[in-house]
Amino acid sequence: MLKVEEQQPVEFSPALITKFDEISNRYPEGKQKSALLPVLHEVQAELGWLSARAMDKVAEYLKIEPIEVYEVASFYSMYFLKPQGKYMLEVCRTGPCCLVGAEKLMDHIEETLGVKEGEVTADGLFSWRGVECLAACGFGPVLQIGPEYTFYENLDEQKVDTLIADLRNK
Amino acid sequence: MARKLLLEHINVPGINTLDVYRQKGGYRAVEKALKTLTPDEVVEEVKKSGLRGRGGAGFPTGMKWSFLAKPEGVARYLVCNADESEPGTFKDRYLMTYIPHALIEGMIVASYALGAKTSYIYVRGEMMPQIRILERAIAEAKAAGFLGKNILGSGYDLELYVQPGGGAYICGEETALLESLEGKRGNPRIKPPFPAIAGLYGCPTVVNNVESIAAVVPIINEGGDEYTKIGIGRSTGTKLISASGNLVRPGVYEIELGLPVEEFIYSDEYCGGIANGKRLKATVAGGSSVPVLPANLTLKLANGEPRLMSYESLSEGGFATGTMMGSGGFIAFDEDQCIVRNTWNFSRFYHHESCGQCSPCREGTGWMEKVLHRLEHGHGKMSDIDLLVDVSRKIEGNTICPLGDAAAWPVASAIRHFRDEFEWHVREPLKSQETNYGIAKYAEPIAKAEVTTDN
Repeated sequence: MLKVEEQQPVEFSPALITKFDEISNRYPEGKQKSALLPVLHEVQAELGWLSARAMDKVAEYLKIEPIEVYEVASFYSMYFLKPQGKYMLEVCRTGPCCLVGAEKLMDHIEETLGVKEGEVTADGLFSWRGVECLAACGFGPVLQIGPEYTFYENLDEQKVDTLIADLRNK
Repeated sequence: MARKLLLEHINVPGINTLDVYRQKGGYRAVEKALKTLTPDEVVEEVKKSGLRGRGGAGFPTGMKWSFLAKPEGVARYLVCNADESEPGTFKDRYLMTYIPHALIEGMIVASYALGAKTSYIYVRGEMMPQIRILERAIAEAKAAGFLGKNILGSGYDLELYVQPGGGAYICGEETALLESLEGKRGNPRIKPPFPAIAGLYGCPTVVNNVESIAAVVPIINEGGDEYTKIGIGRSTGTKLISASGNLVRPGVYEIELGLPVEEFIYSDEYCGGIANGKRLKATVAGGSSVPVLPANLTLKLANGEPRLMSYESLSEGGFATGTMMGSGGFIAFDEDQCIVRNTWNFSRFYHHESCGQCSPCREGTGWMEKVLHRLEHGHGKMSDIDLLVDVSRKIEGNTICPLGDAAAWPVASAIRHFRDEFEWHVREPLKSQETNYGIAKYAEPIAKAEVTTDN
């Protein structure tokens, strides 16, 4: 069962801080707020989601107000503001993928995992959701899995079954 | 065989590496530009080429560059728009995946032309694999002396960085992209001032699409005049077309502008026809934002002449009988597809992606999605059809950025050309849940009298 304590203090690892520093150096002096989106990706890759505590720490690091982090994290669709399964299957649900079977594939994933869109399986391993166009319309249906955003193209039910089985046994 | 300028070497093993890319003539444009041309001469070549922005707007790239303000002592920026998210479009992802150095090389030449010392490639966040590919390519280019201080002994310095987005279609709009790059929500800015005057960090900035930047490489290698020999009229050069939907061979194709649409869909050199032996019902020729056309108007103009893949021919007839080149996202619908369902799907997309800044778009996209949902699911009323047209008209032209228009056009055009299919959904609410309206008369040669100009 996935358990993340919201009140647990968040500590960023030295490796993560080094990464933040490297990102911040890409921008001119005084424009370090530009690092916000890439830094949030790094935090989410390490912690799995963005808790208020984690966002406060990011604000502290970038010397900006916490609200500046919250408003960004809540605007963009890639940031998770609550815990997700270890593997979040994001299936493209936009027009061209639907022409080649994306809706049926989402039904199949829901049935296979036994959870509704946005929910987490009891073992904490899987979540799934439909997302908007992933720019691979000619190779649909497609899905991606963060934090590396590994990409799977030309999917059918059998390929998805194999993928889920492989992830379970990992 | 058509000439290929961008994808010529796509199948060469290892073309994603600097070594193989150079063996195939890569980085010649950087050497030529930095060693033999002044920045203004580079701009002049691009102007001469007639290259038009490949991201969707089709604005001449050279002209955009010439508008860049150059106040003394103020930094200038080049930002590449790699936030490819227009439904139906996947050419930039393809190019970055397989030939990343084509973009890096174009960025160096374009940055030199504009006098930018720091440039950014803003890649949509979901494309993490492509971000890694570009970062590797940048490291290779830097190690080979094509980036960094005093490139090739020219005295020109350039640093190039990749910036990930956070998952927001709106950041493909250039001012929203700049807001996002500054670490903020992707709310488009009011123009003027245009980015050429006040862009990134308030400095003069040019924002160009991936394909536009990559096209600069052959333009500099061969010369702008040579580029105009390909294509037709004001649609010069080649264009990457992303083909998707019910086609035998969907994928990314580089075409010479001016290719007949019919040849693109049916010839074996391109899409190879409609999949599973079915007939073509409709197309969206330039990405989800452009008007949908029935098969007959896709293949032929209203006057019966063949329609071509060019900026002018695709928009021939205005919105009454034409569409737009847009980003080149070509979506084909076979006879079994439901136009109402697809229009609802696209409306949901725009509702989801509206930034919420302007009320006509924020509210209107939501209402269009709701009304289309009930039409598609058998709860619609006949008056809903005109209601949709009315809402779409109240969004169009009334928003800060073009997302409003992009949300309105697919709905308005679907009703313009497929009104009888919408009406059928109202008349046959149960039947429409089990079966589709079919191809009806959408592939039949169109009589001029049937062409209406309302809505």
